Amino acid sequence: MKITEEMVDYVSILSRLKLPQEEKTRMTGELEQIIGYMDILNQLDTSKIEPMSHTFPVKNVLREDEVVPSFPREALLQNAPVPDGEAYLVPKTVE
Amino acid sequence: MDWEVVIGLETHVELATKTKIFCSCTTAFGGAPNTHCCPVCTGMPGTLPVMNKKVLEYATKASLALNCEVTRYCKFDRKNYFYPDLPKAYQISQLYLPIGRNGRVPITVGSEEKVIRIHELHMEEDAGKLVHDNWIDQTRADYNRCGVPLIEIVTEPDFRSADEVIAYLEKLRSTLEYLGVSDCKMQEGSLRCDVNLSVRPMGSVDFGTRTEMKNLNSFKAIARAIRYEARRQQELIEMDHRQVVQETRRWDDNKDASFSMRSKENAQDYRYFPEPDIPPMELSEEYLAQLKASLPEMAEVKKARYMKDFGLPEYDAGLLTGTKALADFFEETVTLGAPPKEVSNWMMAELLRTLKEKSMEPKDMLFAPETLAAIIKLVAEGKLNRNTASKVFSAVFDDNADPMAYVKEHGLEQISDTGLVESTVASILAANASQVEEYRGGKQKVFGFLVGQCMRALKGKADPKVVNEVLRKQLNG
Amino acid sequence: MSLLDLTALELGRAIKRGEVSVPEATQAALEAIQAKNAENNAFITVLNDRAMEQAAEIQKKISAGELTGPLAGVPLAIKDNICTKGVKTSCASKILGDFQPPYDATLTEKINAAGGVVLGKLNMDEFAMGSTSETSFYGPTKNPWDLGRVPGGSSGGAAAAVAARECWYAIGSDTGGSIRQPASYCGVTGIKPTYGTVSRYGLIAYASSLDQIGPLARTAEDCAAVLDAIQGKDPRDGTSLDVPCGHLLEGLTGDLTGMKIGIPTDCFGDGLDSQVSEKVLAAAQVLKARGAQVEQCSLPIMEYVVPTYYIIAAAEASSNLSRFDGVKYGWRAEGYEDLTDLYNKTRTEGFGAEVKRRILLGTFVLSTGYYDAYYKKALQVKAVIKQAFDAAFQKYDLLLMPVAPTTAPRLGESLSNPLQMYLSDIYTVSVNLAGLPGISIPCGLDSKGMPVGAQLIGPALGEQKVLNAARAFQLDTDYHKLVPTIKGGDR
Repeated sequence: MKITEEMVDYVSILSRLKLPQEEKTRMTGELEQIIGYMDILNQLDTSKIEPMSHTFPVKNVLREDEVVPSFPREALLQNAPVPDGEAYLVPKTVE
Repeated sequence: MDWEVVIGLETHVELATKTKIFCSCTTAFGGAPNTHCCPVCTGMPGTLPVMNKKVLEYATKASLALNCEVTRYCKFDRKNYFYPDLPKAYQISQLYLPIGRNGRVPITVGSEEKVIRIHELHMEEDAGKLVHDNWIDQTRADYNRCGVPLIEIVTEPDFRSADEVIAYLEKLRSTLEYLGVSDCKMQEGSLRCDVNLSVRPMGSVDFGTRTEMKNLNSFKAIARAIRYEARRQQELIEMDHRQVVQETRRWDDNKDASFSMRSKENAQDYRYFPEPDIPPMELSEEYLAQLKASLPEMAEVKKARYMKDFGLPEYDAGLLTGTKALADFFEETVTLGAPPKEVSNWMMAELLRTLKEKSMEPKDMLFAPETLAAIIKLVAEGKLNRNTASKVFSAVFDDNADPMAYVKEHGLEQISDTGLVESTVASILAANASQVEEYRGGKQKVFGFLVGQCMRALKGKADPKVVNEVLRKQLNG
Repeated sequence: MSLLDLTALELGRAIKRGEVSVPEATQAALEAIQAKNAENNAFITVLNDRAMEQAAEIQKKISAGELTGPLAGVPLAIKDNICTKGVKTSCASKILGDFQPPYDATLTEKINAAGGVVLGKLNMDEFAMGSTSETSFYGPTKNPWDLGRVPGGSSGGAAAAVAARECWYAIGSDTGGSIRQPASYCGVTGIKPTYGTVSRYGLIAYASSLDQIGPLARTAEDCAAVLDAIQGKDPRDGTSLDVPCGHLLEGLTGDLTGMKIGIPTDCFGDGLDSQVSEKVLAAAQVLKARGAQVEQCSLPIMEYVVPTYYIIAAAEASSNLSRFDGVKYGWRAEGYEDLTDLYNKTRTEGFGAEVKRRILLGTFVLSTGYYDAYYKKALQVKAVIKQAFDAAFQKYDLLLMPVAPTTAPRLGESLSNPLQMYLSDIYTVSVNLAGLPGISIPCGLDSKGMPVGAQLIGPALGEQKVLNAARAFQLDTDYHKLVPTIKGGDR
């Protein structure tokens, strides 16, 4: 399968990565090689096979609806790159 | 040209569980920013979601009550997008195997009956809140609401008017309240709506291009937004000969208009895939049977019962059962021994009027069934006349005060001493000799004047019926 | 003989008998790290003071009879993608900055409860993505057998630290071979347990459906003891299994009578180094000599396992790594204009090339128009792979195959060709896809003097069988006792 720079641009936007041109060119080639190799799976007829998302038949893992005290706020916020006593800070969000 | 509006709704409803969907933090409304949070709901690295049993129960009940097919083997999926109100940068939701599908909700608009089809009902987690701080020109992310359980109910494009939409939402709200799965408070955001709307020439079978409107937080806003958007689309096509652009629009209730939301770098590609951290849920036959058996009596059935058992008119029964809090109030008051007809009359008149005046939700009032029962009893026992009782109602409504105590305090007890009534009537007749003459001369109207004089002299505390009787006897005697 | 030459269980017994104190052992390990880390870079963080404090506390508890387990007081180190409260946990990535989790992983809690002294946090490939430990933001780890070669990855720091006698055992994670392959390259024993046996709570996710925590140690016995301490159902991890635990060590009989071991011929074809092939087949003879029935069998899925693995792992990774955005924790880029720019700059500058490659690959296979062709297809092939293993385990108790096609390559050799590097994961990834237990045991040295590993794979929850066979092998061989004689990094 042919991978174009436009396709790489598209997935870059989705994944919030902005590659410099040189890196983008290299990545496009590598992705084409890797994805091309993945096409080998098409040799296998899987039309009658259910996709398997969970390997083991574990099911219904549910917890009781009982409140546990929340975490100390300062402990949650201590790793925030921009310190603030109450919240996580970000540049203005578009309304 | 005549145009037809085609509307589909996506309604998000917060479930009334004690804890969040994937962690044990409280779902209580409010709280200082980021104080109802833990490493799981703030998306800290390495943390994992564990599903709340109650959420599954509530979502299943809602699916059953909305006549959905319940998915016996259901899973969660991840919906991926970047936004600061979503700390994991994915929302755990359901795409491939939602809990409920193919539901039906009957509605009545005027005398028309109609069925709205439910496409699906799925479970998901709520996002946090962003508040812009102008002082520092930064946006603050508060994750208290992150992980609050939601169900999203998606209809087919079955609505043709704002009235149908409102009727459906009233029905939905009533149903979910009856189930006890949500408090459906729009002002707190526990019931929110997105409206998908398109227009097409009347008679056309193809759908037009639709827009999605968000930020609709009252039934009034929804009705207004629908009318606005339908007109905007028609004018765009008819007057400007332009195409409707498929987009998301934000309703501004203050400006009474909707605005296109900027979609900069906003490719809508959510890359859903099965959530690996949560094992599938398999709903057994017994589980479903048990939940079905636990479903409460719904509005429709209740309404029929009120009409049949209590002889209430259809309109009254409909109004009382339309809101769970009112139906509960009615039934509790009746259980306390008050005659159903009487309770209904009081609720239809005084109670609903007062709520409307105060723009209050029935579930928010302090006024208790015991209090209404007591007032009704005072009237029945002849201790309070109906007019005074109505005043007492108004006086005790706010703080749910004891009506008897209020009556005593303000000396409002009905005069049951017939001797006093007789002597008062006698003195009024003596003092109004000319009017008495007129009455006796055939002027019937004067009777009313004389009743008024007597009631005033008795400070309104006498039973008007008794006063009438005594007066007539003395005038004719 | 140095304290560091003891196995973890031997040291545990010496501590219990009072012959060695926990602070003494800890001190010895810290000195070894001090001496060796500059050359092999196995550690990202060394907890000198904290480890000594912890050692003193644990010694008190042991002396008071409160801590009696076989590993009480034995120092260890933990891969840097497992959360340790108040201790920097970096995933060897720039983007996590100096992230200090305010919580412990379940693994860390279990290690604490077992009386483990945590010496430090181990180097790895960034976010566990890689087969060489060269993608670390903190510089590559080097193989103690030859400092010019890689230790394997992604748990390269764990394998190197155990091989270089810097700790008695280490905790790693394995998503597609990240415990077994470095164990093989460094001549140590490492097991990836059945998916769900060890809680993933606090393990910073790479690919959630494949990630599993496990030990690297000198012997299969040590691995059994560690697994006894760390496995078990965890209410915080919905995918953890409710398995009886704590009996692996006592179940190690070394008796293989009646055990049937299959050797998939599909795993011994093109691309496998002949010396590796020879050593692994020789291992089969050792197992046979101890009573196992060994025969050839087929596992007709090998050409599909690498693409299937990389599609699923990259897809999950692209989602799991989205939370690293410079808002809540870790590093934030400077000089951004708006929100999108903040995200773009932080992520582009904060992630290394291999991580970005997998994020883009994963985003691609999930995107509109490609989901069915790649992601869904991979989930279907995963089912086929699981069926193939199920069929094999109808006939055999265990499967024996290589861990990696070659011994450790030279530093810098692998990264230039990503696809080539991915292909070298061929023998390990299928085990993760099927959720099975697999162990890597040293089975000799090649002509360059580099260790070769043999892999034993069991059915789901077949840890006891896997460990027992490994134990039996180690009773009759000395490969696991070989000590690296360090060669210069200039070669």
